Amino acid sequence: MLRELKGDLAAGASAEERVASLFEKIKKSKLNAYNILSEDSALKRAREFDKAPWGGLMAGVPIAIKSSISTRGIETNCSSRILSGYVPPYDAHVIDQLKEEGAIIIGKTNMDEFAMGTSTETSYFGPTRNPWDTDRVPGGSSGGSAAAVAAGEAPCALGSDTGGSIRCPASFCGIVGLKPTYGLVSRYGLVSYANSLEQIGPLTANVEDAALVMEVIAGHDPQDSTSVNSDGGYISGLGDGVEGLVCGVPKEYFGEGVDPLVEKAVWDAISKLVELGASWKEVSLPHTKYALAAYYIIAMSEASSNLARFDGLRYGLRLGTDQDWHTTFSEIRAAGFGSEVKRRILLGTYALSAGYYGRYYLKALKVRTLIKQDFERVLAAGGADILVTPTMPFPAFKIGERIEDPLSLYMADVFTVPINLAGVPAISVPCGFAGGLPIGLQIIGRHFDEIGVLRTAKAYEDATPYHEAVPKEVV
Amino acid sequence: MAEKDVIIGLEVHVQLNKLNSKLFCGCSTDYHDSPPNTHTCPVCLGLPGTLPVVNKRAVEYAIRVALALNCDIQGETLFYRKNYYYPDLPKAFQITQYDFPLGLGGHILIKGEDGEEKTIRITRVHMEEDPGRLVHAGTIDRAKYSMVDYNRCGMPLLEVVTEPDLRSPKEARSFLDKLRNILEYLDVFDGNLEGAMRIDSNISLVGGERAEVKNISSHKGVEKALAYEITRQRSARRRGVAQVQETRHYDELRSITVSIRTKEEAHDYRYFPEPDLVPMRIADWVPRVEAELPELPDAKRERFVAEYGIADDHAKSLTSEIRVANFYEDVAKRAPPRLAAVWIADVLKGELNYRDVTIDKFSPDHMVEILGMLEKRTITEKGAVEVIRIILDTGGDPSEVVEAGGLAKAEDDAVKEAVFAAVAECSQAVADYRSGNEKAINFIVGMVMKKTRGRADPGEANRLVKEALEEI
Repeated sequence: MLRELKGDLAAGASAEERVASLFEKIKKSKLNAYNILSEDSALKRAREFDKAPWGGLMAGVPIAIKSSISTRGIETNCSSRILSGYVPPYDAHVIDQLKEEGAIIIGKTNMDEFAMGTSTETSYFGPTRNPWDTDRVPGGSSGGSAAAVAAGEAPCALGSDTGGSIRCPASFCGIVGLKPTYGLVSRYGLVSYANSLEQIGPLTANVEDAALVMEVIAGHDPQDSTSVNSDGGYISGLGDGVEGLVCGVPKEYFGEGVDPLVEKAVWDAISKLVELGASWKEVSLPHTKYALAAYYIIAMSEASSNLARFDGLRYGLRLGTDQDWHTTFSEIRAAGFGSEVKRRILLGTYALSAGYYGRYYLKALKVRTLIKQDFERVLAAGGADILVTPTMPFPAFKIGERIEDPLSLYMADVFTVPINLAGVPAISVPCGFAGGLPIGLQIIGRHFDEIGVLRTAKAYEDATPYHEAVPKEVV
Repeated sequence: MAEKDVIIGLEVHVQLNKLNSKLFCGCSTDYHDSPPNTHTCPVCLGLPGTLPVVNKRAVEYAIRVALALNCDIQGETLFYRKNYYYPDLPKAFQITQYDFPLGLGGHILIKGEDGEEKTIRITRVHMEEDPGRLVHAGTIDRAKYSMVDYNRCGMPLLEVVTEPDLRSPKEARSFLDKLRNILEYLDVFDGNLEGAMRIDSNISLVGGERAEVKNISSHKGVEKALAYEITRQRSARRRGVAQVQETRHYDELRSITVSIRTKEEAHDYRYFPEPDLVPMRIADWVPRVEAELPELPDAKRERFVAEYGIADDHAKSLTSEIRVANFYEDVAKRAPPRLAAVWIADVLKGELNYRDVTIDKFSPDHMVEILGMLEKRTITEKGAVEVIRIILDTGGDPSEVVEAGGLAKAEDDAVKEAVFAAVAECSQAVADYRSGNEKAINFIVGMVMKKTRGRADPGEANRLVKEALEEI
């Protein structure tokens, strides 16, 4: 998709017209994919591009950015009341990179408040709707980014993935979403939810587009001590096929709790990969059953510390009823955070408290190490080259169906969170439909083997029609 | 006075204020005379999405200090988050160290209460970031609101924690003086900048709980606060009131301490490893930092004794401040070292202390010149002291001062003339001397000094008066 767009622009198509038509579509849409539109600056940049086109991997390409990624001059509110009105004075590293490569930022997408959710229902600005069925959720937390790309309201988008927040909505909306290896993409400018788990990554219409965005955003950034160098090669490696590739199929990712239609679609995908020259074998990731508990303890603990800074003193929500500092910041936090965010802050605070730290947080870190070792063992030389699983155990559920039952929502992340705990890369690509709703195939690789993940996804995509399906016009 | 039942331990926060940039961002550390909130950036303001990056130079400085305090440098060191709410802390956590601090198990020597050298053990040395500062218009009691200045936020701090080895307020003071001296030798610290050193003191009587007196910024303040605490805890004990574990504030104006919270109200800081920073393998850094370590006070003192043949007391006094030590070495290369030691340690330092100024106020060249005059006996010792005082008070160079003040030592002939005149004038004293009252000579010598306006050498005058009296 981006290749065609870039070709059109290079051939003289007007960037301004393309951008303007996106805004027209977005404004008519009932999906609620965006919190903030940067219409003026985007149109201005598009006009400048038309006047004197620049080069770059993303030259003239419009892109939507998740509301948790800092953009200079464009409100960055994490879909939270407490940050509404906050306009950052600085760009995230990935935004610097995108601008350098010529991209045009069109707006900030809706998300679960502070990325805490699996459905984009916890947003202060209301839920985003799934373009395939507007009564259903788009997945989360990067639901706005996924819905926008699926509905043609953005050619591509950035999301962030702490426990599945890119892959889940990609799966529910029938598009491609990649969570890179921890450390491959700078987190500088990503408003932290759980620092040790999350990565920024692309949500795109196809695998090639994801590879293109990765070429732009991957690599070491001196502002992020946890980031590392990238050798690139994501696009050039795409055509290498899957001949001789060994696909591991972890048995813990099938069976109880998984929709049979999802299971069938994933097995069909495995057969397709075999048809293309790969082989498969069953593997075991025995600590999978502890992943959810460990994940939520680590994520909530880190979140309780990360979100403590939002007190309304320097930026964000102010109620106009200032009293002494304690009362004022307590009232601002009470009014500014939604209930899911409060729940996670409370649980995280509890888990880090004296006397509980060892029992919860330290134990969760130990489990995390075991889970990482599970992946390293099955993906070691002589074992599997990649792993293939469902992204989500079921397709998109109805808005309101699970939101009152946090535990059942947390359970939905069962196949995505182990990947974040292990730090390995994983992509979700469309692999079929269940009752008209997209199903996602998750392809997991070794640390820093994005190239292997992408070329497997690309070979599969080339051999299947699912990524070409688009939802009927939802205006 | 050292009291067997007094137990004191210190936690000293030292700003590494000789670094150019803050601990986790590129902001300048040179904020002391700047308007509020002008030395800040998204990182030290903790704006959403920003990440800390460790200033490697700060870690090197910290290793330098830990080595100088004879600590074991840990192979791998780690930062933690200390979580608490306060308006001067924009992230609502302080990045500090907890488990795996930079240095453990050191010691330094101080002068103990009994005058003997005493070893004070250092528990740990760790790095952390300074918070910002609350500012109030007028006094804190009267201000209607507080303002926050984040210029200080993110300044590199070291926390030096001692074992409870100190036995008196004076020993605590002695430790702090020595620590400051070492830090200045290491060229990582300027103690003259506001807020450069802040001290928390833990004090208890044997068998009692301890009180922690927080955040005192002067050595003298620590000494006074501890003295107050000893008296307070003693009298409470006499009245049968048990000391509870508590945190106290030192009220500098009233020189008393006030309880701010007890153990039950203590914070739970919910420490956990800072996920945005990776562990640092600092073991590999140590050899290089160690090789660059400058000569420290105790070593310099020994060298001064050996190299310049001066008394140990003088060597100690000269090395108790790096600037004085450097001054002395500069002078001693160009003047007799022993004479220089006496005049700098005994005279110049006293005059500086009296005026509360540092040795930067006096030029080594001037000291060399003055010592030269003394050696050639063109001025008297009294005259030399006068020259030093005049230069400190009004400026000028020694030869000018000597000339303008008529301080040059009188010529021998002039002295002899004065002696004859004095003997002639003081007939009563001469008679007394002759009748066996030897003390009467002092009156005559005094008259000689008066006639020469002090420019005669008193010993010389005494000898000449005796001669004259015997000749008559």
